[in-house]
Amino acid sequence: MYKVNTAEEAVRRIPDGAVLMIGGFVGIGTPQDLVDELVRQGKKDLTLIANDTARPNVGVGKLIDAGLVSKAIVSHIGTNPVTQRQMISGAIEVELVPQGTLAERVRAGGSGLGGVLTPTGVGTDAALGKQTIEINGTPYLLETALKADFALIRARSADYSGNLRYSLTSRNFNPLMAMAADFVIAEPDEIVPVGCIEPDAVVTPHVLVDLLVAKGATL
Amino acid sequence: MNEKEIIARRVAQELKSGTLVNLGIGLPTMVASYLPVGLDVSFQSENGIIGMSALPDPGLAGGNLTDAGGTPAGALPGASAFDSAMSFALVRGGHLDVTVLGGLQVDEEGHLANWMVPGKIVPGMGGAMDLVSGAKRVIVAMTHTAKGEPKILKTCSLPLTSVRRIDLVVTELAVIEPTDEGLVLREIAPGYTVEDVVAATQAELRIPVPPRFMKVDPEELR
Repeated sequence: MYKVNTAEEAVRRIPDGAVLMIGGFVGIGTPQDLVDELVRQGKKDLTLIANDTARPNVGVGKLIDAGLVSKAIVSHIGTNPVTQRQMISGAIEVELVPQGTLAERVRAGGSGLGGVLTPTGVGTDAALGKQTIEINGTPYLLETALKADFALIRARSADYSGNLRYSLTSRNFNPLMAMAADFVIAEPDEIVPVGCIEPDAVVTPHVLVDLLVAKGATL
Repeated sequence: MNEKEIIARRVAQELKSGTLVNLGIGLPTMVASYLPVGLDVSFQSENGIIGMSALPDPGLAGGNLTDAGGTPAGALPGASAFDSAMSFALVRGGHLDVTVLGGLQVDEEGHLANWMVPGKIVPGMGGAMDLVSGAKRVIVAMTHTAKGEPKILKTCSLPLTSVRRIDLVVTELAVIEPTDEGLVLREIAPGYTVEDVVAATQAELRIPVPPRFMKVDPEELR
């Protein structure tokens, strides 16, 4: 299946009000062209599921700057004062989730699980409103699965079928999110012929990827 | 030697060869600069790598390898990279020997608060709740006071990071160990007295006699 397109055409599929998972860790491993295109097309009222909100004018911080996000489910907003200001003013709703719990909630969403049990956050503010379940004498929080309408993924390489491999710490949430959304758009640094990524090196199998965005593509 | 360097030098002495260690952003990151010669420690960064190192040369900064604060980093031969689920499975699953974190408050129960000041600053917990809940040993590296106010308190007034008791607090004044009997003053920094430490601490301290001195070079200290 030929699934390469431009960032512009790919982002046209995303409606206002969509729930988006976007990979990246303080902007490292974030699909920059797709984020820029979301801003250019002015997609509004987005729910953002990401590790953090990066920094102003960096990564998904650009979505915050442009006021496009109405709700953020993230582990950290400390590097982005704009998010903190919007949260205090009520312009954005922020759900803070411990980072390991966020990773597991996304993994659960992509793995057909209803949620996970974690000891993280037991007895703290992170437990408010959540069920505590005791197993063999140890208390765990029940953390529910997360899913999204779209996942926007950054990869180091893709082949033309959509197999993805990642690079170093830009991998972070990307392979997890590629499992947990109805429609997956990947922005690789390069697109190579099928067969150039050896099977053992494929982290995200092509069946999970709906669309590849090629830099500078004209179709 | 400034107070942060004193703290980092003392924490570095707690690390042992053959262990996996996570250093928090800021002061804890400085610990890596003062490791005893020959110590073989692997550093995990929660954004997905074991074997992280300082950037060997500014010209080698790359967009795909940073520390958890987004600062370009290096990787040693033998390093491995993985996703965020794996990274925190290492943390929670009993594979991480030591985590060193900064702190806003520590109390007599050994509870740590370090992720928000309600109404003032809400950075979020990031990986801190997982690290404090999951690491085998939790070391808090922080200044003893903030703007003259004690940070080691009877009870934390800020939201807790975990209900797990941390293992050690290292400040520029003292090394303090939370125990079943409360906070034990293990060491004081050269140049200070027990009275200095007590005056800067709101929590009750159990004080062995005589106290030991922190093993940082006293000539460099003052």
